[in-house]
Amino acid sequence: MSKQRLTLAIFCAAWMTTQTAWAEEVKTAVLRVDRVKLPPISRLDVAPADLGFAGATLGNEDNRTTGAFTGMDYQLTTKAVPPEQAEAALDALKADGVKLIAVISDGETLKTLADRAGPEVLVLNAGARDDALRDAECRANVLHIAPSRSMLTDGVVQFLMWKKWARILLIHGSHPEDKLLAESYRKSATKFGAKIVEEREFVDTGGARRTDTGHVLVQKQIPVFMQGAEEHDVTVAADETDVFAAYLPYHSWDPRPVAGSAGLMPLTWHQAHESWGATQFQRRFEKLTGRGARDEDYQAWLAVRVIGEAVTRSGKPDAASIRSYLLSKDFEIAAFKGQKLTFRSWNGQLRQPILLGDGRITVSVSPQDGYLHQYSPLDTLGIDAPETACRAFGG
Amino acid sequence: MLKYAWIILPATLLASGPAHANKVFVTNERGNTVTVLDSETWEKIAEFPAGNRPRGITISPDGKELYVCASDDDTVRVFDPETYKELHTLPSGPDPELFALNPSGKQLYVANEDDNLVTVVDTETHQVLAEIPVGVEPEGVAVSPDAKTLINTSETTNMAHFIDTSTYEIVHNVLVDQRPRYAEFTADGKKLYVSAEIGGTVSVINLGAGEPKVDKKITFEVPGVLPEWLQPVGVKATSDGSRVFVALGPANRVAVIDAKTDEVLDYLLVGQRVWQMAFTPGEEFLVVTNGNSNDVSIIDVKAEKVIRSVPVGEQPWGVVVVPN
Repeated sequence: MSKQRLTLAIFCAAWMTTQTAWAEEVKTAVLRVDRVKLPPISRLDVAPADLGFAGATLGNEDNRTTGAFTGMDYQLTTKAVPPEQAEAALDALKADGVKLIAVISDGETLKTLADRAGPEVLVLNAGARDDALRDAECRANVLHIAPSRSMLTDGVVQFLMWKKWARILLIHGSHPEDKLLAESYRKSATKFGAKIVEEREFVDTGGARRTDTGHVLVQKQIPVFMQGAEEHDVTVAADETDVFAAYLPYHSWDPRPVAGSAGLMPLTWHQAHESWGATQFQRRFEKLTGRGARDEDYQAWLAVRVIGEAVTRSGKPDAASIRSYLLSKDFEIAAFKGQKLTFRSWNGQLRQPILLGDGRITVSVSPQDGYLHQYSPLDTLGIDAPETACRAFGG
Repeated sequence: MLKYAWIILPATLLASGPAHANKVFVTNERGNTVTVLDSETWEKIAEFPAGNRPRGITISPDGKELYVCASDDDTVRVFDPETYKELHTLPSGPDPELFALNPSGKQLYVANEDDNLVTVVDTETHQVLAEIPVGVEPEGVAVSPDAKTLINTSETTNMAHFIDTSTYEIVHNVLVDQRPRYAEFTADGKKLYVSAEIGGTVSVINLGAGEPKVDKKITFEVPGVLPEWLQPVGVKATSDGSRVFVALGPANRVAVIDAKTDEVLDYLLVGQRVWQMAFTPGEEFLVVTNGNSNDVSIIDVKAEKVIRSVPVGEQPWGVVVVPN
């Protein structure tokens, strides 16, 4: 080795050491808790194995690009486990020093995990929609990236009122989550002056679902189920468990549009969404995964990006500093929704517009024009500060 | 060569005298065309196909080559401003959106949104000279008046990257507000304005002494317009250092700013979703593109008034005026 080369090698080694010493590690994780579910009504809704993880991976790449300029080294771990292994998986992450954890699970599991995680961990809810988690059962160490059911149903009903489709036929499923969703639609209707003219329950008695010629029975049975309803402008389906809503459009007795769990659906992401630079997100995501992004992917991306933004701005990578920065007035993030997103400091919910999509395009985005609020039009969606029962945020 | 350019530039400005007709080129993002207007009559002269999703547009200092970012073709198309014929294409890297020419006209700096790169292209040899890794979703590009510094803004990293044009190395990063779209130097090179669309601010970066730093953030307020819709995009500063104009996107206004105090003086009502802007050579007029109303508004710069709007193609995005 020539003298010059040797010097260069020493210089490089020294430079690399200072780089590693200088770059501060920010360890994040996505923990996805998968319940055994029936296959979806539509094959198009079959969940990809990397659901949510792909979004988080993209968010982590975004953070790493920025981190190269700010001296932060972002790491991401992803884990998918059945409910009975969720707590062990959380413990393992904590043992590895991961204190920033996005969780995609049902509400009950999220509560268990948040309580087990303790105050030194910041949990970002990227899945569960339960309003109770943002209200009486809120937890100080949980911030909600995913919108609540009430934000989604408010988004739908605002649009229906804008259309002057104020008379709603509400069809809800028979499972607990369907009933929670139906209750949320009732509250949204009251809030914005719509009238639920009639309700029907579609009881899940099991069925063959996607069997050969299944559509023949659906075509005969759904109109019968829907006939003789009170005069209505629109049918709203509350079917979180995916038992019947997809059958309503075209099979209804009265020719009325369908919204809610089928037809015009409230979403956090839509694969055809192009406004506000969204095309760039779609392209980067598709290049990374070879598929389109779903709600869980966008929510996981956003959870990871929110952490990155707090670290970049505050310069502090620990969970407590990140939490307090996110809840402060200084925090804001651009996320392809046409306006900045911020957190409600009184319950840890991320304020966000709700996309309304029909499977092909983004039909509209709520809040609708004319729904005003003294703080932000985004606070017309979901539980608002004066009505909150959440006390974990010093409210 | 650079020195030479500096002597020439003020001389041409002085020689420009009374306004004469110049061609105005407007890219129509959704129409896949470029509309040509006459800057004296403001009549439409022509419209020609410009590739898929044309956005950023600029012209060589001698007025002989018109450059268009054909975003969905992943290329920069170069047209003859006289005949509207495509002369050749330049390798731009994927999804070019905005670019800037070196004052010499010899290098084009292109932001590649999908790949977190700024591509440097030689406009004579058509070769890629460098690919500079920058933050996530690079967008705005600007070159300092002395041509020594290249600025790129990254929309998701939220930084203005300061790049040395001789080494292509990043020398500074300045954090600005959410979704920085456009960077504009003052003519004296002492200040840099960076618009943040979602943040709703324009950062004024002081380049006077020491490391560049944000001195002030200009905010906007229009009665009857929701603050969420005040989204600054295009920025243009007059060369006499008196005014800065900021296009406010869906607020359908252009803000007039005192360039000495950086205070907002007025808001001019223009068309819908106002995006990018360009001065006519003597800076008598400012042409602004209105993406949602498919027209451009013409602002009388001295009077600070909108004098008319002219229909162009579908979803106008960028605009450039042929130099004298």
